[in-house]
Amino acid sequence: MPEATLVEAVNLALARAMEDDPDVVMLGEDVGVNGGVFRATAGLQKRFGAERVLDTPLAELLISGLCVGMAAQGLKPVGEIQFMGFIYPCLDQLVNHASRLRNRTQGRLTCPMVLRTPHGAGIRAPEHHSESTEAMLAHIPGLRVVMPSSPERAYGLLLAAIRDPDPVVFLEPTRLYRAAKGEVEDDGQALPLDVAFVVRKGRDLTLICWGAMLKETMAAAEALSAEGIAAEVIDLATLKPYDEDTVLGSVAKTGRCVIVHEAARTGGFGAEIAATIAERRLSSLLAPVTRVSGYDTVVPMARLEQYYMPSVERIMTAARKVCQFS
Amino acid sequence: MRCRGHNRSGSEGVTSRRVNQDLPVIARFEVRYRNYLAPDGSIQRPLPSFASDSKLLIELYRSMVLLRLFDRKAVALQRTGRLGTYAVSLGQEAVSVGIASAMREEDVLLPSYRDNGALLWRGVKLEEILLFWGGDERGNQFSGPVHDFPFCVPVGSQAPHAAGVAYALKLRKEPRVAVCLFGDGATSKGDVYEAMNFAGVHKLPLVFVVANNQWAISVPLRQQTACETLAQKAIAAGFIGEQVDGSDVVAMRAAGEEAIAAARDGNGPRFIEAVTYRLGDHTTSDDAARYRPAEEVQAHWKEEPIARLRAYLVAQKMWSKVDEERLAADCHAHVEAAAERYLATLPRRPETIFDHLYAELPEVYAAQRRELAGEHDA
Repeated sequence: MPEATLVEAVNLALARAMEDDPDVVMLGEDVGVNGGVFRATAGLQKRFGAERVLDTPLAELLISGLCVGMAAQGLKPVGEIQFMGFIYPCLDQLVNHASRLRNRTQGRLTCPMVLRTPHGAGIRAPEHHSESTEAMLAHIPGLRVVMPSSPERAYGLLLAAIRDPDPVVFLEPTRLYRAAKGEVEDDGQALPLDVAFVVRKGRDLTLICWGAMLKETMAAAEALSAEGIAAEVIDLATLKPYDEDTVLGSVAKTGRCVIVHEAARTGGFGAEIAATIAERRLSSLLAPVTRVSGYDTVVPMARLEQYYMPSVERIMTAARKVCQFS
Repeated sequence: MRCRGHNRSGSEGVTSRRVNQDLPVIARFEVRYRNYLAPDGSIQRPLPSFASDSKLLIELYRSMVLLRLFDRKAVALQRTGRLGTYAVSLGQEAVSVGIASAMREEDVLLPSYRDNGALLWRGVKLEEILLFWGGDERGNQFSGPVHDFPFCVPVGSQAPHAAGVAYALKLRKEPRVAVCLFGDGATSKGDVYEAMNFAGVHKLPLVFVVANNQWAISVPLRQQTACETLAQKAIAAGFIGEQVDGSDVVAMRAAGEEAIAAARDGNGPRFIEAVTYRLGDHTTSDDAARYRPAEEVQAHWKEEPIARLRAYLVAQKMWSKVDEERLAADCHAHVEAAAERYLATLPRRPETIFDHLYAELPEVYAAQRRELAGEHDA
């Protein structure tokens, strides 16, 4: 199988989706001639034309609102927001329209759109380019929030997101765009949404993460195994709705859980998972569910961002602590 | 021609502010004003050709009368606790009735919450409108054209949808037009400008219609904008904006026909500013007497659209007292029957709130559905 970076896998999936379905339309700032600031849409306009790969004015609210209108007419729009820090003008459209058009009209109109955006810190980007506010999006009923952590899953989950009949926000881990490489078969096969991936088996402890944090979490799991701790690692992949069964099944087996996310701690998605475990698997727990997260601060700019993001060492410290608990 | 801009004194207008007279003029723009029927029903200028169709004029008249009676009934239902918050069209019936009458069935309507007149014309049943304002989503599963949008409650956020719809129509080369309605308050929002800007760039088949009823709840137009007209906002987006007497249903229909035909023929978007007046409160939760002088409202009663068209029809011998009485009785019966059907509609089972959340309900929410239904998971 050919090797691809995560951003190349995104590009492959977009091209495949456009090839397979003439209703798929790309839109966003610089997605056409320039192929996107990260080159996620590179070559698409040349291949599919400027009507289907559309450079929009610099207006994020508009991009998300256009997607709603296009989707209601039966197109499958894939909007790109250049950085997650610029997604906030889209929230009105996501909360009030995209996520509820099906429900408002009791199925008369639907909204099969995808809004893609790079997500997270770690690329020494300017201010406002590094936030992880996925919990805000995952709180919206009727939406799907998906975050791949590898080229293979970026390809398969993005195809699934585009084919899904409901709105999906697709968060692409910026830090892994070029850092993550893997074998990707461009076979048009989607991966399932709403399903978590158990990427490492283990009996002592469950580590749950998503997006770019898979890298540090896997490194921590490997280092812990040298200490005799066998960690199971779950890549949540879809945050809304998230796969409670896989999470709870793993925790029932290991009795210990550390949740790793880059987002600030308070109200982060880790809190949601911890609450579910407390409600439904308390009797399985051998230690308190623990979070390793970004701090409740503004994501610092480049000089200090590495201290904000969970490190392998912080994950290992938390893992050792829950394993010593008795 | 009467200047209907709100900066009525030309010397205070933006265009006449002193600038350096030595600099060359590189562009000039103009905004036209359209009206046919004066407030007393007399004719201002030759009527458009459709006006020779007395059946059509009477149908427009009937729709406005029906809407006014319906509004009255809806308010009565709200006051007696049988309907939620409701927004009447009182005084501006001609705007959405006139525009909707210029649309074809296959065109796409994107209405705001005050556009009952357009929905009625498009075939939505009165009881469906009551159902929506009575708190039941089934009201949006309505009998109008299946692709029409439901009422947009957040102000102006339907404008980008309209641009998306129109883009889809253009991409598929379908001879259909999107028609987006909103109020003057919405023109203060970026949503509306962003949509207009995009529509201009892509010459989309899209007609924007602003019902300029002078008030956004308690904020008057002069505090919304320093523009002389709202129509000129189209100029910034690169297309024609026209001001229309929004209390003249003939003018609204004519402006709509012209703009929709131009859009359908590939000439891009148009913007229609319907200058009208909200004679009622903003909604049933509002009391306009707190912020609006009674004399102003009384003055505008002399211009309202129903009396105006009736005066014309009577003068043309197209309408009699007997016709009026028959119509009133007919509309009254129609509204009462619709209200009865609405009141007889039973609420759905509580767990149905999950039924249209996603195409297929994810298991995690299916469990919540069972919880609400009182079924307990093993």
